[in-house]
Amino acid sequence: MADLVSHPDEVRVISKRFGQGATDIDRYLQLDGYQAVQKALALQPDAIINEIKNSGLRGRGGAGFSTGMKWSFVPKQSAKPKYVLCNGDESEPGTCKDRLIFEHDPHSVIEGVMIAALAVGSHTGYIYIRGEYRYLSVIMQKAIKDAYARGFLGKNIFGSGYDLDIYWHGGAGAYEVGEESALMESLEGKRGIPRIRPPFPAVVGLWGGPTVINNAETLAAVPHIILGGADWYAKLGTPKNGGTRLFCLAGNLNKPGVYELPMGYNLKKMIYEVGGGISNGRSLKAVVPGGSSTPILLPEEIDIPMDFDSVAKAGSMLGSGGVVVLDDTACIVKFALRTMKFYRHESCGWCIPCREGTDWLEKTLTRFHAGAGTKKDIDNIYYLAENMLGKTFCPLGDAAAMPTMAFVKKFRKEFEDHLDGKPCPFEKMGAAEPVLA
Amino acid sequence: MKFSDEFEARFTEMLTHYPIRRSALVPTLLYAQDEVGSLSDEVIAELAGRLDLTELEVRNVISYYSMLTTKPRGKYNVQVCTNIACMLRGGEELFNYCRKRLGIGHKGTTQDGLFSLEEVECIGACSWAPAVQVNYDFHENLTNGKMEQLLDEYKKKGTQ
Repeated sequence: MADLVSHPDEVRVISKRFGQGATDIDRYLQLDGYQAVQKALALQPDAIINEIKNSGLRGRGGAGFSTGMKWSFVPKQSAKPKYVLCNGDESEPGTCKDRLIFEHDPHSVIEGVMIAALAVGSHTGYIYIRGEYRYLSVIMQKAIKDAYARGFLGKNIFGSGYDLDIYWHGGAGAYEVGEESALMESLEGKRGIPRIRPPFPAVVGLWGGPTVINNAETLAAVPHIILGGADWYAKLGTPKNGGTRLFCLAGNLNKPGVYELPMGYNLKKMIYEVGGGISNGRSLKAVVPGGSSTPILLPEEIDIPMDFDSVAKAGSMLGSGGVVVLDDTACIVKFALRTMKFYRHESCGWCIPCREGTDWLEKTLTRFHAGAGTKKDIDNIYYLAENMLGKTFCPLGDAAAMPTMAFVKKFRKEFEDHLDGKPCPFEKMGAAEPVLA
Repeated sequence: MKFSDEFEARFTEMLTHYPIRRSALVPTLLYAQDEVGSLSDEVIAELAGRLDLTELEVRNVISYYSMLTTKPRGKYNVQVCTNIACMLRGGEELFNYCRKRLGIGHKGTTQDGLFSLEEVECIGACSWAPAVQVNYDFHENLTNGKMEQLLDEYKKKGTQ
């Protein structure tokens, strides 16, 4: 449904079957589908894990943790069943990549879950898709059914003697469920309240069993690594950042869209060449490089490789691949307010710093943007965010705090321009009033 | 109470997917809501009974998930995203246009029961912003003009 785009600099691995009709299982098989899992069945679990480790694949949900390392934490022996979970609760503002994977290549996710299951010795996997993506749940349910019908899932898969079941599961609207332990709570039929760690999910996860949980894009990359080899995949990216990733270019660009680019692709080039530059002849004001929770970057800070380590060095995060570009008509105070409104809405209220902090910050920013701010508010906004950071069970508190601190630090002058009852200097962004309940 | 055969078949199958019955709750609530229109007292009591939960436990879950509602919505729930990527491309203007055009505010429903309006958080359409979901259908790269057309089409469809 969503439009596909292309650019000559793209390296198509995960997106190579996009637009090829691969939701159909026969078509998927023609396009090398279910080859990787058969190869993996002939390998020892440790060999699969090593291959993924050596590929430099890091979690595409945003944390960037080594996928192979994560799998290696699952104990070999376990009294309780082990599980593999695919996190398809994509909801980080700016991010719309998993949607395309589910829409165009659902079997690659199934195959990724299968290989993960073989690697950790699990016999049950779940693919969790956010509730808003109903049409994708329909696609996924059919894909799973087709895989069962061919004997790829169920008892004795591919005649190997290995039993493996994979099921679909759906959410009902909650950003926080994208957090690993909250997703497990949701799958257990509860509110998505995060769990305290340790114990980590690899040891005590879903229904108390050892659990591997990976982002949909991470799992979709796995079959390609098994088929193409760790070295090939690693070399597509930069050292310690293997492969490619789907970058969701959004905001004030001429050619927004989801592009698959090598890890380490230059951000400036991504904006001006791949994304076609700033729309309406405006100039660049700032970039949110990896979804709403990642600290904003100034135009002079964007000549950097887009990999986990380089973006961290630049003071932000590669995050979930959502690159949101702001032109010079955007009001940062308004942008900060909308970001905070989101986190306040999504905070589950379990941890006081997050529950009270997001609420207080939204109120302060609302008043501030409306022209009733005081000079002291500016420091107070920073102070409130700083005091949420690292003080909550799950990263939602951090996700709200980090960008807010960067907004104040990098755009203090713009905050000051809203003082003394002056109206927002950016008329366009000041027009709408906050309404979200 | 009576759900569709499709609902019952899915529900029966889903129960075989999990080691505990309760795990089927969240997706089942959404499917039930889609059929009945809202999670009425009757639906809550029915599903609580089927999944060995108290009604309070079910309500506790409902209140957490933003798609779930105990109050009926209009036939077409117009969900306008105003989160950052959509905001930068006119999401708020689109929401305000819908407010005026439908004469209702956030979470309001038109008197004829045809439309509800909701300002929603990111729906995963950032590269095709601004975007709207009407029930489960995505509509992307919108302008006020396209929105007007879209609302007219739904009105026509809904009153036929």
